[in-house]
Amino acid sequence: MAEERVVGIDLGTTNSLVAYLEGETPVVIPGEDGERLVPSVVAVTADGVVVGNGARGTLLADSANAVYSAKRLMGRDLADVQDELKLFPFRLAEDLQPGEVLRLQVGGLTLTPPEISAYVLQQLKRNAERFFGGPVTKAVITVPAYFNDAQRQATKDAGRIAGLEVLRLVNEPTAAALAYGLDKSKDGVIVVYDFGGGTFDVSILKLHDGIFEVIATGGDTHLGGDDIDNLLIAIALDDIAGDLGEDVRHNGEVVQAVRKAVIEAKIQLSQATTARLELTLPSGRRYLREISREQFEQLIAGVIARTAGPCRQALKDAGIRVEQIDEVVLVGGSTRIPAVRRLVDELFSLSARGKQPHTELNPDEVVALGAAVQARILAGGAGAGSALEDLLLLDVTPLSLGIEALGGVVAKIIQRNSTIPASATEHFTTGVDGQTNVAIHVVQGERELAKDCRSLARFDLKGIPPMMAGMPRIEVKFLIDANGILHVSAREQRSGKEAEIDVKPTYGLSDEQVEAMILASFDHAEDDIRERQLIEAKNEAETILTAVEKGRAHESWQQLTAEETAAVAAAELALKQLMLQTDYKAIRKGIDALDQATRRFAELMMDSAVTGAMKGKTMESAGDAMGDGPTAPHPFAKAQIDDAATGS
Amino acid sequence: MTYFEVFSLPRKLSIDVAALEKQFYALSRRWHPDRFAARPQAEQEAALAQASLLNDAYRTLRDPVLRTQYLLRLLGVELEEQSKAATEAARASGTEKKQSVPPELLEEVFELNMQLAEMRAARQMGEDEPELRRDLLSAKDAFESKLDATDEELQQLWRVWDAAEDEGAQPAQTSARDAMVTLLNKRTYLRNLVRDVNEALESESGTQHHEI
Repeated sequence: MAEERVVGIDLGTTNSLVAYLEGETPVVIPGEDGERLVPSVVAVTADGVVVGNGARGTLLADSANAVYSAKRLMGRDLADVQDELKLFPFRLAEDLQPGEVLRLQVGGLTLTPPEISAYVLQQLKRNAERFFGGPVTKAVITVPAYFNDAQRQATKDAGRIAGLEVLRLVNEPTAAALAYGLDKSKDGVIVVYDFGGGTFDVSILKLHDGIFEVIATGGDTHLGGDDIDNLLIAIALDDIAGDLGEDVRHNGEVVQAVRKAVIEAKIQLSQATTARLELTLPSGRRYLREISREQFEQLIAGVIARTAGPCRQALKDAGIRVEQIDEVVLVGGSTRIPAVRRLVDELFSLSARGKQPHTELNPDEVVALGAAVQARILAGGAGAGSALEDLLLLDVTPLSLGIEALGGVVAKIIQRNSTIPASATEHFTTGVDGQTNVAIHVVQGERELAKDCRSLARFDLKGIPPMMAGMPRIEVKFLIDANGILHVSAREQRSGKEAEIDVKPTYGLSDEQVEAMILASFDHAEDDIRERQLIEAKNEAETILTAVEKGRAHESWQQLTAEETAAVAAAELALKQLMLQTDYKAIRKGIDALDQATRRFAELMMDSAVTGAMKGKTMESAGDAMGDGPTAPHPFAKAQIDDAATGS
Repeated sequence: MTYFEVFSLPRKLSIDVAALEKQFYALSRRWHPDRFAARPQAEQEAALAQASLLNDAYRTLRDPVLRTQYLLRLLGVELEEQSKAATEAARASGTEKKQSVPPELLEEVFELNMQLAEMRAARQMGEDEPELRRDLLSAKDAFESKLDATDEELQQLWRVWDAAEDEGAQPAQTSARDAMVTLLNKRTYLRNLVRDVNEALESESGTQHHEI
């Protein structure tokens, strides 16, 4: 039997990667375009859903049809994303209700964040399948260590929707440690500082004989390079509004062009001491600004300083002093920023102790490489004698699990930084005689009051045998699995009856919803796109048919030969027949044929028109000026008129 | 299966933590779900149950206080003042949790409460009282060293309890058990005092609650 291929996937905020283990070396699998990074951008275009570099073009040309940084929305609720909505061009579905899984409008489709992520995952799956020349159905997917239960569940759902069995969710910093630790059998304490596009994580691990034991983790799932970009974008947009008097804040395409420019400048500033922000505005004017590294560092100081708190807390939780840290590993593109490196150096007093952080592995790739190692371990491919045989990850839950008790306070049942899988057993009883239901509210977080924590789920223990108040003894077992996802089971101990639990996740898709998305998603998306294409094609066909109809009354029509008019009539009839069917591609061909057949007529008409008052007008206004004149869509004609217009 | 049985340990309180860790790693290699990812569903579920029991057991036994509390619970002792039920009941009724002050601490606690009240009053007036602050800090140090001392005392009681277990000396074991209950309650009390002082000192900067 051929060895089953399990790939490792880094599903990032900005970029995503897929990797596998070649022999004992993890390798990133490139896409068809040869690129190793697949931008986590999804666009809905005329050709269907496009992911990655191809989608980036749509973002610049037609921003309403593309979405990026969707990872920021995973497992979140309307109330959580208000800040996000101000800074990112997410278009929520209009009928969205609070408490519901978010739905976004992307082009003609309405997609949940797990579905958007599923498109990215499916692209990676295709890349791997193309590379291997065979199917890939299993994967390890990485998540920020500080992701909560809902965010993890959403990631797992995305995998299922994409047709991948997710063998394990691995925490990103842990994966990075695995990638680094592979060829080093050294024991010691290592810190992974992972500052990516949208999230920040810090993990402290103890390495011991091939066991990677996480002892504490901390982070912020809303802190990353995106936040730095947004600061720069805000400045540029203000400049443009103030100095140039052009308010382009609501022009999606221009904002995306600004975003692209500031990211380029940000990257430059990691090497150079100055960078130019340069861009042509819709008015044709150019916006130019020089940024020095010093200015840049002042600007971002606040953002990067926010990574210090989680680091100090993780050290405290781990009971580790800075002097005990042997190695620091830098992960994520934002760790290329010199100011970030200085902060890390200070936080862990590295140069003071004659140490340097590890940057040997590409910070954009290291997480995927580690995921590939874990994929092989899980696939059981780490046979005897393999260097992987003794490798084992022991990870922790980043947030405390609690239940809401009387008065809205939280009774913690599993403390944060507990090694997973972890469990806790709690006993519940009734407060009223004959009561048969008990409601339980499970939350995640460190705060004292349930309302300040993340609501995970509400359970209803049902079918409790009617007894005197306080008599039933219901044992509820809470289990956090190795993915960091909660499972609950319950039993009434006096009757021995399994209490029925209706688990209603507070945020997230139900199993049925995920199933429906798996079955329908991609075909459905194709259907939706096809339908939109059909409507658009029919509209265009109507337009050209009307134009031809009108054209017959135009004087230029008389200059056509008998063959030419016959050809037009034939093409016209063919198109009308095609419009009765649902094949938009055939209709488009019909439009093209009619277009060809009327080309000479359009040229004749144009000649007669251009001699008139046409100069300096756009095609659209030219159409208006022509009154009843035809408006058949001839691309070349339009381009010419545009050229004339811009020249004036 | 008790947490002691998970590690094939006798039901005793003195544990070699380094050896426990070693065994924890060895058992993790055997039971961690990663080792079963390619196995049938039933085996995966069994491993999940085993691994979570192992982790719960290790987390409890490696910590001196959690370990003692766990053993006392196995013995049927309800540490009322530390129990969640008592905390909840107190919170629900909006009262302070009933806590009997350990007699030997009465005098110091009285004085501390005076200082805390003064501190709060001063803060309401928007005044800083450097002298009071110093007093509170030294009180905190004193309570912290008492807290450290309870750890020593606890270990002595472990030895008494373990020896009595070996000899089957019932009365000696019972008195060691009761002494541990008293000690743990005192410890909780001290810890709360330190926490209160910290809060009083910290809340000046307006940060009573930390997200993380």
